[in-house]
Amino acid sequence: MIHPMSFEVKTGRRLVVLGPNGAGKSLLLRLCHGLLQPVAGQVHRNDHHPAGRRAHAMVFQMPVMLRRSVFDNVTHALATVGVPSAQLRSRAVEALNRFGLTGFSERPARLLSGGEQQRLAIARAWALRPDLLFLDEPTAALDPSATRLIEAMLGDLHAEGVTLMMSTHDLGQARRLADDVVFLASGSLVEASEAKQFFNDPQTQQARAFIAGDLVW
Amino acid sequence: MTANGRNAPKPAFGKRAHGLWLAPFLPYDGPMMDNASPFMEALALIMRLDPVFLGIVALSLRVTLTAVCLTALIGLPLGALLAVSRFPGRSVAIVAINALMGLPPVVVGLTFFLLLSRSGPLGGFGLLFSPSAMIIAQASLVLPIVIALTRQTIEDLWANYREYLQSIGMGPKQAIMTLLWDARFSLATALLAGFGRATAEVGAVLIVGGNIAGVTRMMTTAIALETSKGDLALALGLGIILVGITLMVNALAFGMSRIGVRHAG
Repeated sequence: MIHPMSFEVKTGRRLVVLGPNGAGKSLLLRLCHGLLQPVAGQVHRNDHHPAGRRAHAMVFQMPVMLRRSVFDNVTHALATVGVPSAQLRSRAVEALNRFGLTGFSERPARLLSGGEQQRLAIARAWALRPDLLFLDEPTAALDPSATRLIEAMLGDLHAEGVTLMMSTHDLGQARRLADDVVFLASGSLVEASEAKQFFNDPQTQQARAFIAGDLVW
Repeated sequence: MTANGRNAPKPAFGKRAHGLWLAPFLPYDGPMMDNASPFMEALALIMRLDPVFLGIVALSLRVTLTAVCLTALIGLPLGALLAVSRFPGRSVAIVAINALMGLPPVVVGLTFFLLLSRSGPLGGFGLLFSPSAMIIAQASLVLPIVIALTRQTIEDLWANYREYLQSIGMGPKQAIMTLLWDARFSLATALLAGFGRATAEVGAVLIVGGNIAGVTRMMTTAIALETSKGDLALALGLGIILVGITLMVNALAFGMSRIGVRHAG
């Protein structure tokens, strides 16, 4: 459960939702994406897009791979959002090339490594041309080298103008990636500010404790 | 004195002691051949492609395959719908389907006999004692199995896929199509299980089919009849084919699961 809160995801910025385990980070992302509906209040988002695009897409902590090839995973997503059949192949090839997955095209997606699956999940989401990409702890299950690769990819996406809203409990990752920070604890929004201010001059005791590495309940 | 006028040989102590199970392998004065093993005669029936024998096998396969196809058309989508839907009474429906898997075949046969008989509500269709009646009875027996196995398979996959499919805006109908396609190898195994069940079934098809020679006589009903007549050769021959089909079905199911892992991970 999360308590009433209000904040803004600014276009073109990287918003990191930070907090300890159980703070409500994943729940918040799902509410913002529309996977869950709030029992009170509203989530305002721009859902209007022409066919063939999604306003926003999501990458999950454990990537969901369909029981089909890498290539078919991408074409399936494209077909679902209404991309014309004539464009499915070219857009899928473009996505796989973009994220270095061309060599795995015909391989069953479930047989890829964890890092490769997460790359595919990002490639699949990118292929939908989202304006806003939600990422729920995308590197939580990855080793450091795979994490670096994913972070580099997210940096490239941001450079292309994609707005990112990402949850993490990794302070180092938040420092590296965040333009803005929303800090949650026990389902409540404790602090929301620009990343620079949050890390250099946190305004709340809980945020200070979390940055210092103390347990925050 | 036997029917052909000869004195029946006194069984040796060993035969009497071992009872009927040795009978197929021992010489006997049966209606098919004098002093020939029923087992060897059964093999001969298979090898020479006896027309009556083949007719029974062909009818069995036709009825069972048609029943399984019908079951697939109805059971796969229903099972998938049950897996992804949430509605009042869903638990009751699941329990009922699971319970129907254990429905006694003779009860199914009796039910359709009453429905399809001339005085029954569906008597006007004239289906009783026809292959169509047997198809309906077998499909009814297999349907709960296919629905239950489909529901379980799809529910597990849905738990894995749900958030992702919803996040890309997929509606329920498209989701069911995706789930059915992705689970195709497991569902094929479920259909093979249904096929195996239908192939081995006796009670329902005996009641609604009547075991009429050349019309509704299937492998299982023929085995029951021929065994009771003492014509073990035909019964054995059909039994060999039936076991062969069962082994083949299981081999296919195993192969399917291996192919599934290789192709889909």
